[in-house]
Amino acid sequence: MEKILTMNIVEMRELLKTGGISSVELTQFYLDRAKKYDRSVQAYLRLTEEIAMEMAADADRRIRAGEDGPLLGIPFGIKDIFCAKGLETTCASRMLEGFIAPYDSTIIKKLKEEHFVHLGRVNMDEFAMGSSTENSSFQTTRNPWDTDRIPGGSSGGSAAAVAAGLCAASLGTDTGGSIRQPAGLCGMVGMKPTYGRVSRYGLVAFASSLDQIGPIARNVTDTAVVLGAIAGYDPMDSTSIPQPVPDYTSFLGRDIKGMRIGIPKEYFIEGTEPDVKESVEAAIELFEKQGATLVDISLPHTEYAVATYYIICTAEASSNLARYDGVKYGMRVEGKDIIDMYKKTRMNGFGKEVKRRIILGTYVLSSGYYEAYYGKAGKVRTLIRKDFEHAFEKCDIIVTPVSPTTAFKIGEKVEDPLQMYLSDIFTIPVNLAGLPGMSVPCGFDGAGLPVGLQIIGKPLDEARMLQAAFVLESEKRLKTIPYRFID
Amino acid sequence: MKINKDVVEYVAHLGRLKLEPVEIDLYTSQLDRILEHMDRLNSLNTEGIEPTSRAVPVTCVPREDVKKDSITIEDSVMNAPDRKGNFFKVPPVIEVD
Repeated sequence: MEKILTMNIVEMRELLKTGGISSVELTQFYLDRAKKYDRSVQAYLRLTEEIAMEMAADADRRIRAGEDGPLLGIPFGIKDIFCAKGLETTCASRMLEGFIAPYDSTIIKKLKEEHFVHLGRVNMDEFAMGSSTENSSFQTTRNPWDTDRIPGGSSGGSAAAVAAGLCAASLGTDTGGSIRQPAGLCGMVGMKPTYGRVSRYGLVAFASSLDQIGPIARNVTDTAVVLGAIAGYDPMDSTSIPQPVPDYTSFLGRDIKGMRIGIPKEYFIEGTEPDVKESVEAAIELFEKQGATLVDISLPHTEYAVATYYIICTAEASSNLARYDGVKYGMRVEGKDIIDMYKKTRMNGFGKEVKRRIILGTYVLSSGYYEAYYGKAGKVRTLIRKDFEHAFEKCDIIVTPVSPTTAFKIGEKVEDPLQMYLSDIFTIPVNLAGLPGMSVPCGFDGAGLPVGLQIIGKPLDEARMLQAAFVLESEKRLKTIPYRFID
Repeated sequence: MKINKDVVEYVAHLGRLKLEPVEIDLYTSQLDRILEHMDRLNSLNTEGIEPTSRAVPVTCVPREDVKKDSITIEDSVMNAPDRKGNFFKVPPVIEVD
């Protein structure tokens, strides 16, 4: 059974199809692993064992009846931010403890139409706010490569569950890097598609103009397969893009001769760890050897991205989180009047980081400060978007490190939110510009921790990014699961 | 110092948050540092630049005016912490003498 861990989803599907394994056996394999190994990783908030076995049995019936599909019978760990009818959806917050979603998000609906298997709900930073999964109200997820370290965030549970082999694939959300950074720090592949590529209907909103859903998987093939299943126009989401979805897997294996790769000078800065720099530079050399042309580019407003991002995302978060008031769903703490009830409920329901962002967001939107902060940030966002537009006149994709460092120690940055915010400096500009970005493993540091390479694409050009990532993956053949998680 | 305890307390009130004194102290110092970082945007000339509110321009197309099912009333109130029939129940909003 351990050979499952080295298979991609296409191979798993073939095995299911030919009767080499059943979906029930595959699901049981991952559930057993989760029960055995998740004590040290703490990726899962809840296993949905009964539902998983029912879905797996249904998938087996369909396979026997001759049905086919790219995700039929494949077990997923789902970030606890997507509404799934009848299941508790907490966003790792006490505020939503006990909330049972009354409907399916589009993403869950699509996966159900593919007859996937819902293994369980994975951990995250509360309401997706954070870069380390230390802000979960329930538990701190650990990095499978070194359990004293963070897995990244906010989709840390998703990345850690895949990295430790506790599910075949996972889904995350990315507001400022929350798919790419944890995927990078856990040695996995993560894709944040173009804003609007994947429907956000039924996703618990954090910062609506930035949030985007995407896959976290063990390899590029799985990423392409999952992206193909979840992308596409949805009339339930007014920001959804009405464009056809290509067959992403058909781009894998194509060479990159003549592809122009932009190298932005602002992303190779002081403060980036030497091992990270070395791995990323080696990947760039590899691309050149494979026939790509390297192009020096400049993204001059990069240094303003973190400030711009935290004004916009906190402003939007303060508005989106106003709905948690103790009236409609979730926690309620009684008060002497309704305002008192609101305040006590929100004081007890939200964690430190969420409160910090609500206060910051309310401040930058308040009378007298709106223009100086929110108005200004909107304009700087335009400058950042234009930087990318100019750069893409010269190149087809852009490559950079995902993060300046490999995974840091648990607790290391908790007391210094600004330092935590600055750790997302390479991923944030992509969200501000609405572009697709992905993380693909490119090496390990001296301590054996994974280093991720970020590939940034033109709007809706995810296929070309996957094409380049597949070349790197095929040439590097890096280890994708730590030894301690192999029996 | 851009921000002080009174401002944090007032903004928290606007955001309907009750804070412990220790939280007010913590947020005051942390937010002051964060806002100082945000102030670097003021060094940029943005005259004549239009703000971007959404990253990819999408035209909002009205859907056809066709009646569709929505979630049931029961589903919409099933998570209410307190309810009376199909209504959300809350403490008094209007003071009564």
